[in-house]
This record gives sequence, C-alpha cells and structure tokens, in this order.
Amino acid sequence: MAESTNGEPRIGVYVCDCGTNIAGKVDVPSVVEFAATLPHVAVAREYKYMCSDPGQELIQKDIKEQGIDRVVVAACSPTMHEPTFRKAVGDAGLNQFLFQMANIREHDSWVTEDPEKATEKAKHIIDAAVHRVVFQAPLEPIEVPMNSDVLIVGGGIAGIEASLKLADAGHKVYLVEKDPSIGGHMAQFDKTFPTLDCSACILTPKMSAVGKHPNIELLTYSEVTEVDGYVGNFKVKVNKKARYVDIDKCTGCTLCTEQCVVAKVPNEFNEGLDKRRAAYIPFPQAVPLKATIDPSRCLYLTKGKCKQTCVAACGPEAIDFEQKDEEVEIEVGAIIISTGYEMFDNEKIDRYGYGKLPDVITSLEFERISNASGPTGGEILCKDGSKPRSVAILHCVGSRDENYNEHCSRVCCMYSLKFSHLIKEHLPETEVYQCYIDMRCFGKGYEEFYKRLMNEGVVFIRGRAAEVTAASKEQAGSEGKLLVTVEDTLLGVVRHLPVDMVVLSSALEAQPDAKEVAQMFGFGCSSAGFYIERHPKLEPVGTVTDGIFIAGCCQGPKDIPDTVAQAGAAAAGALALVDNKTVKIEPTISYIDPEKCSGCHICVGLCPHNAIQYNEELDAAQVIEAACKGCGVCVSACGSGVPVQRGFTDDQIFAEIEGALA
Amino acid sequence: MAELTTTAQKKHLHEAFCKDVMSMPEGSKIKQCQQCGACSGSCPTGWAMDRGPREVIAAFRAGMIDEILKGNTIWMCTSCYSCTVRCPADIRITDLMYELKRLAIKYDLWPRDAKAPALTKYFIESVQKHGRNHETEMLSKFMATKDWSLGPKFGVMGMKLFAAGRMPLTATDIKGKDEIRKLAEYVDSKEVAVP
Amino acid sequence: MKYSYFPGCSSEATGLTYDMSARAVAEKLGIELREIDDWNCCGATSYFAARELLSFAISARNLALAEEMGPEDIVCTCNSCYTILAKTNSYMAESPELAEEVNDALAQIGRKYSGDLKVRHFAEVLVNDLGAEAIAEKATRRLTGMKIAPYYGCQFTRPMGGDWDDYEFPNILDGLFEALGATVVDYPMRAKCCGGTMMLTEQDAALKMCHDLLQGAVDDEADVIICACPLCEMSLEGYQPRVNAKFGTQYQVPVAYFTQILGYALGIDEKTLGIDKQIVSLDKVLAAVPA
Repeated sequence: MAESTNGEPRIGVYVCDCGTNIAGKVDVPSVVEFAATLPHVAVAREYKYMCSDPGQELIQKDIKEQGIDRVVVAACSPTMHEPTFRKAVGDAGLNQFLFQMANIREHDSWVTEDPEKATEKAKHIIDAAVHRVVFQAPLEPIEVPMNSDVLIVGGGIAGIEASLKLADAGHKVYLVEKDPSIGGHMAQFDKTFPTLDCSACILTPKMSAVGKHPNIELLTYSEVTEVDGYVGNFKVKVNKKARYVDIDKCTGCTLCTEQCVVAKVPNEFNEGLDKRRAAYIPFPQAVPLKATIDPSRCLYLTKGKCKQTCVAACGPEAIDFEQKDEEVEIEVGAIIISTGYEMFDNEKIDRYGYGKLPDVITSLEFERISNASGPTGGEILCKDGSKPRSVAILHCVGSRDENYNEHCSRVCCMYSLKFSHLIKEHLPETEVYQCYIDMRCFGKGYEEFYKRLMNEGVVFIRGRAAEVTAASKEQAGSEGKLLVTVEDTLLGVVRHLPVDMVVLSSALEAQPDAKEVAQMFGFGCSSAGFYIERHPKLEPVGTVTDGIFIAGCCQGPKDIPDTVAQAGAAAAGALALVDNKTVKIEPTISYIDPEKCSGCHICVGLCPHNAIQYNEELDAAQVIEAACKGCGVCVSACGSGVPVQRGFTDDQIFAEIEGALA
Repeated sequence: MAELTTTAQKKHLHEAFCKDVMSMPEGSKIKQCQQCGACSGSCPTGWAMDRGPREVIAAFRAGMIDEILKGNTIWMCTSCYSCTVRCPADIRITDLMYELKRLAIKYDLWPRDAKAPALTKYFIESVQKHGRNHETEMLSKFMATKDWSLGPKFGVMGMKLFAAGRMPLTATDIKGKDEIRKLAEYVDSKEVAVP
Repeated sequence: MKYSYFPGCSSEATGLTYDMSARAVAEKLGIELREIDDWNCCGATSYFAARELLSFAISARNLALAEEMGPEDIVCTCNSCYTILAKTNSYMAESPELAEEVNDALAQIGRKYSGDLKVRHFAEVLVNDLGAEAIAEKATRRLTGMKIAPYYGCQFTRPMGGDWDDYEFPNILDGLFEALGATVVDYPMRAKCCGGTMMLTEQDAALKMCHDLLQGAVDDEADVIICACPLCEMSLEGYQPRVNAKFGTQYQVPVAYFTQILGYALGIDEKTLGIDKQIVSLDKVLAAVPA
C-alpha cells in the first residue's frame, strides 16, 4: 500500500451516477472535475453504480495502489449505503471510519428542480464532506453482548407464530398480551377463506403449544409500559394487571364465572352481542385458561359490597381481591411487535344505519353469529330471532374513502365472499347480495373462490351502496325490513334492495394507541396510522430501530397467510441477531476526559439514557459505553466543553460547515 | 339549441370543461373517481336522469361531455350536495354539475324541453335589474314563455300568497344596483368571447 | 350579541314570514340582527349555473358590505343564502387566485373583501351561541304534546355545515324544541332534498320528492313540519294540494318556519310571527299548545 509522502491526507472522491437518479439531474463530470481541485484530493472518479461490486472495487484498488487514506463517496443517503461503503473500505485495510458519505441524491438530485442549481449544490455537499473527512479519526465498533431472549408484544396469530418459531430455535420468549387470553381476532372468526378451515381448529393447537412451550413465558393481561436500551440489550418494563385471581391456583373450572352476581357486562369476545359476568374467561379455549375479574364491573371492587359468590365457588381459593398490578422488568436482545388491528367504528357512517336500524351488523358481529360457539349457537338470525330472507353485504365500508380511510383493507372482498358462502350454507333459501366496487381476489385460490360463489348463486351488484334505510311497512312484511339503495353501475340503474339483514364489510384500522406504542419503541406510523416498516419492499418487517421488528396487521391490513409469513420473517430477523453472542454497535459515542472534567454532575442528570455515571475515584463523569446512544446532549450541555462525541467532533463539524459555505 | 357535430367542436367543449374544472378548488380530484356509483345512488333525482352523476365523470373520461348535455342530467340536478359529501374520492360533483350548466348555457347546448335555462335567465335578469331577485317578476316571465300551465296550477295558492303579501307585485331596487351592473360589465369584459 | 343579518330575496316575498319571525325571535332573545346595508341577491343556484366569476363577485359584494359594517359574524336564515355566502367565503379562502379575481372585480365598485368574516346559519347561532336551555328559560308557552318533524333541508349542513352538524341526519334544532317541551319525531328524511326550483322546471320530479317528505312526516305521526328555508317551506306548504292532486293523497300537514314555532313558544303574538299568512293553517297545531 502506497504511503503518503508528506504525512498529508490523500482523499479519494467517488461520485456515483446512480443510473439516472443522480446523473439525470446533476452534471456529474463537472462535479468530479471540481472535486479533483479540492485540497488533499488525490483521486476523483465517476461511476454508474458505486454500490455495486466494480464500484466498490474502484475504492479498494485506490486504497491499495494510490495510498488513499480518506474516502468520500458522493451518492445516496447514508441510510442506504453507508454500511456498504464502510465495509468496502474496511475490507481494503483502511479504518472504516475514515469514510464520509455525501448525500447528493435524497438531499440534492431528488429534491432540486433546476439542473444547474442541483450541480452547484452537489459541489457544496462534496466540498463539505472533503473538508470534514480530513479531521476524521479511526474508530473501532464496540462489541456488546447480545441477550438471547426475545420479547413479543401482542398474542394474536402473528405473535403466536413468531414465538413458536423462536422458542423452537431454543430462545426464551416473553409473549406479552393485553387481553386475558392470547388468540386475537382470529379466535373470533368462524371459517377462514378460501379453504373454509374452521378458524378455532387451526388456531387452538398453536395457542395450546404456546401455553405449554417450556421456552415461552406468557404474560397475559399485561402491557408494556417502558422501553429502554438498544439492540441486544433492551430493558422493558411490563405491567401485569391485577386479575384478582391467583393464576397458580386457578384451574379454569369456570365455577366463579357462573356464580358471579354481575351478569350484564357486554361480552367483548362476542362483539357485544351477548353478556358476560364480571368474573369471566373470554372463551372456552382461552390460553391461559384462567379466570379474570373485571375491576370496572366487579361489585366488590367498585362498591365494596358483594356476597362474593365467586370466592365461595372457588375450590382452590384462587380469588384474591388484594392483588395489585405487578411491574416486572425483562431484558431481551430483540423485540417483535404484533399488536394487530381494530375494526372501523361503523357509527361514523350514519347513512348505513349502524346502531340505529336493527340487523345492520359488522363483519366481526357476523363472524360471531355464524360461529357455532357464538351467541346464537351458530344460527344466522335477525335480532328478533327470525331467519333473514335476504342479506346484503356492503363492501368498502370506511375503506377507499377519503372521508374515513383512504386505504383498501385488503381482506374484505374475500371475507365478504366467505360470508356469502356461510349464509348459503346455513340458509340455502336466503338471497345474498354483494354490493362491491372491485373484487380483489389476489391470493392463492382466491379467484377460484370467487368463481365458486358465483356458482352458488350469490347476486353480485357492482356499486358502492348509497344508503340503508328502513323499508316501508308493506315491504317489511313481504320482502325485507331494510332497504339498500345502490346504483348497479354495470347497468346504470339505481336499485332498491329489500333485505332483512345488512352486513357492513368494514375497514381494518390501526390500533387507537398505535402512535404512542410506536413512539415508546422508537419508530413511527404512516399517514394511514399503521406502523412504518424499514423499507416497503425489502424490509417489510424491520423498523428504523435495530432489533425491533413488526409483523401482521399492525404493519397494514392483511390476511392470515401473509400474517403468518411476516411473523416467520420477523422471527428470522430476530434470530439473525439473538443467535449471535455479541452485536456491534456504532462507536460514535461520547468520551469524557477525566483530566478535564471538573465533576460538576450536570451531564449525569441530563443524559436521557442514563449512560453517564459519576466516578468517585476519578472525581469525574464517566460514560457507560454500551448505554450511550451518541445523542450529543452532554456535549452541548457541558460548560467546559469536555465531552467529545467521536465521529462528531467540533473540528469535524466546523470543517464541514466551512466546506459547505466555500 | 345548437348541436355539436364535428370532432373539433367536441374536443373544444372537452377542453373548456377541463380548464374550468381544474381551476376550481379541488377540481383535479375528478381524476380520482373510482366509478363506485355512490353519487348516482345518492342522487334524489337520479331515477329521473338520463345519465347519473357517475356517468357524467365516465363521459368526461371518454371525452364525451356532449353526450351528457344532450340529456336532462344537469337540469335534473337540484344541487342538494348529497353526492359531494358522500363521494369517497372527495370530488365536488355538484360543482361539476354547475360547470356543465354554465357550458350548456354558454354554448347553447341543451335539450329542447329543458326549462331550467330559461328560469336561470330570468332570475339573472331580475337581479341585474333590481339587485335582488323579484320572485313575482321572474315567475311571470317564466310562465309566459315556458309553462302557461303553471298559471292554473298556481291558481288558488298564488292568490292566497298574493293576499298574504308573500307575492309582491312591485320590486325594490337596491341603492347599489349600478354596482351590480358594473360588476357584470367588468366580468363580461374579462371572459373570453364564445368562438 | 350582534350579528350582520342577510335576509335574502325570498324574505321580501314567499319567505316573508320567515324573516318576520326570525327578527321577532332575535329581538325577544336579545340578539341584535343588523341588516347588511343595501345587500344584494346572493346569487342562489341560478347565478352559479350561468356564470362562475360573476356569481362569486355578486355574492362577495355582500361579504364586503358586511365587512364594512363591522367584524361581526354574518347570519343567514335561508339555507341557500347561507350555503352560497359560506361557499364564496370558503372558496376564496381556499383559492388565493379566486380571491384575487373576485377582489379585482369588487375593486371596480370601490369595495373589497379581506376574508376575515364568518358566515353562519341562524339556527346554529341560536343553539351554539345562546343555548337550548337558555332559550327555553325565556319561553312562556310549553309546546307539550306537539310532535314536530324537523325538516332541515338539503343545504342546511351540506356542504358548508359539516363542522357544526351532521350531513345526513342534522339534529341541532332537535334539542332546542325538546327543551321547549315538544316531541321531535325521528323523521329520517330530514335532510333529503325537496326539489327547490325544480318545482317550476321539472315539476313531476319535485312533486315526487315532496310527496315522500310529506309521507315521512305522516308515517312519524308529526303534527307539524318545521323548515329552515323559504324554498323548502314553499314546496311543502304551498304545493301540498298539487302533491295531493298528482298522487291521490290527502295530506293536510301544517308546515311552518322553525322560527314561527319557536317564536310562539317565546310568547310572541301570531301576527308578528306571520302566522296569519300561512297557506295551510297552523290553528289546530297551536290550539293544542296549553296557554
């Protein structure tokens, strides 16, 4: 490797065309020409795709043969390829922190209209990087131990699948679920499309496996309250809500749920269609099969007065009204968030009459009515107990609608077809109408399922229903109690359908607390409210925070096959981390010189990550390297300017500014 | 009533429509139509229209606005705004209807039996003259030229209204009626003359 | 409480009794309605159907006149006037280009509109600024037993009233009349269109719409339909005989402006409320109200 002859740095500048992404706007040859004139620049090159093998080899060759000891690549965002080029530099034997990326794509060619201005800006950006890189010093990545446990938040099918995969791979999994049982929405479904598998039949074996797995610690009726740390070393606080039942003693015999005196609580599992008691088990196949006492409805807990029939009924004496919420702290190496979705509130669309007209029901309500374990024992009935003579299923309720949610909820066309089938199966004489805009049958076996329903005699009307009103007295008696007004767009005729029941295929929305949850874990939500993935194409289960993954409907509406696939992908992502003993973290952290520190404690209190402690012996503040995230607060707070942030020193920053303004 | 016969005329109409629609606030939303039919389904007079509001947008996409103007669609629109508030693509359909009415009146393109253009004309004449719409004056002109049968139909009710003072025979002019005239002159001078 | 009042052209003709009763109600409740000096026609649906910029311009002349009077909110009684003035106000705020064009036109007559005023419906002002309870306290007659079908009409909340009431089933006056002792029936047709000017141009369609509205009131056993727009009131009251003639029905449903019934509850005399100017008499409905 050629050495520099006079101790001056030798900078190599590589300007990427990025196909036409940069070269289409910026005059790259003139930029290269300019770069060559900058101080300490020994070589300046242009290449079509710097991130490719030949591109990387250009850099490596120059390091080996031209004595290049500082590298600037002017290309895309560091988020894209800083790791790529750092590795290329490192592989050539040069410290990878003697590299600086100049973003002339996201910061320039993609956001500047005028080519001349874009070219000028590119020159300034590169100038800044060239000035800076002179002051950069070699650094070594810090290796920290990787905790081999994983936390999964959300016990629906996504969380269940991911936890089984990770547990089978030998890792300890904490599965936190806010409801008393795992299972999520899939536990509520009747049959699943397109195979018409019974949902509970395919779900409960997995739920049971989770409950029994030696590597899975189930924390149900619990919520995450605080997250700290970083990849490999997350510290999470979980609040285990008081069930007022000792789950070690409770056998799930259900006697307390039968004896409880408070009988009129709307049953969430059955979408409020029937009632449960204050002491309850959500459904017979619950995992864990333990009772819970609802503190907002229990007479004893709210009013202090109750004959406590539950206590009398409980053989193992498991009921404990003194129980308190318990906070536990767990340490894990990776986290998967699979918190699922919430259904659209149909009362918002008052022209469909939900909540006002009887027998206008939501999709989840239909699932429960059709389900043999539901409030009607599996019989599809109107509120008055009669069998519906005709049913209309309205698509896109709250979806594809700028007044509510712009997005398409993906699964509704398919579950609407499924409902049609279930109705025809239970009630062969009943007429079924589907009011749709498009039939989205994109998956394996889905188009075939659509054909099946066409053959079953379902009436398809292309049109978004305009309104649902109460039918006139004559029509109610002879034809249907409700009137659906819809334009049959293929015919160009407005039709009025008298039906006895209307099912609203409503939108899947993000959980109402999605923003807060995302913020707690360190990522964000899209405008539709769902969690944002690291990259929509290539990293659908990653987030911008290393070590944290998302899976299932919390990332966007999807069906069960895609949810399960994402859960597996997230588990694999987590495994790629936790299967290793260590993880490398960025060394761009703070360093406090004990000789210069006066021991005033200001930075100790200010550090948002509790990464600075006061060392009595040295009478100085000391950075806990593994905890420091390099946020820079201590650097700016110290009155004496003692803390130095490696990779972001004053010299480097001032040089960058100078170069930018040159 | 004129009829469009040449392709050039039809193209000109289409372009005029595009230009005006795109200049209205949120006018470009017309491009987002899903053709879902919520508008036609919601229209209280859709059952009486030759083609509903959804088809108006379909015709726009096909470059066939003249087809719409041949029928009674726009004159059946009561501007109740049901379509506008329900449209999932946020298209201000009522404004589109108004735009088509304007084009129809400007280029003299409406079905022979449509009466609304005449009512519009007399309404405007009354306002231009007095500054306010004199309902009796407007009605009389309309009945005289378009629908004599309204007379007997009005009959008893009309007399009762007149007796109650709810149908005055004389008009009040506003002080600033000249201002109304000046506004009209200024706007006329700005707008491009019909080619 | 002071407002700049825009009566609208109908207030001098078919809507005379709406104007009379609204002013009387305002006075009784201590609201000052200052009529906009030399207001002109808002343009209604007709202008917008013929001319674009001119429509906005003549509508905006009223906004400019009101602004010259003061910063008070503009209040309209007629649904259509409310919609047109509020729409002009809103579109000028949305589109600086339009605002510039309109002000260029207004400059020709030495006026301008800066866009700072609010346009409101009288019904909303009563309920939101005074409050149903406060108004009910001033009532001297209780409307006990009166079943009211509140016909808000299509342009009451659509499209400019979405912030203060529901587009499909407005109900802002329901609470007020219930506080006055009346029973407000469900009346799902409460915001469906009456046909408006189509009663003249496409009478068959409009009569069908009015038929459905009247039938809806009869289905709900309403004693009276209250309206918030002169055109609606005219269609339902004045054209009832024509509806009967066409459909073979025998509707005799009293129709009044909501301000007339409200005014009656507040103890204002029938003459001031224009109740003697009804086409379909209100006598039976009002006689049922305890003295």
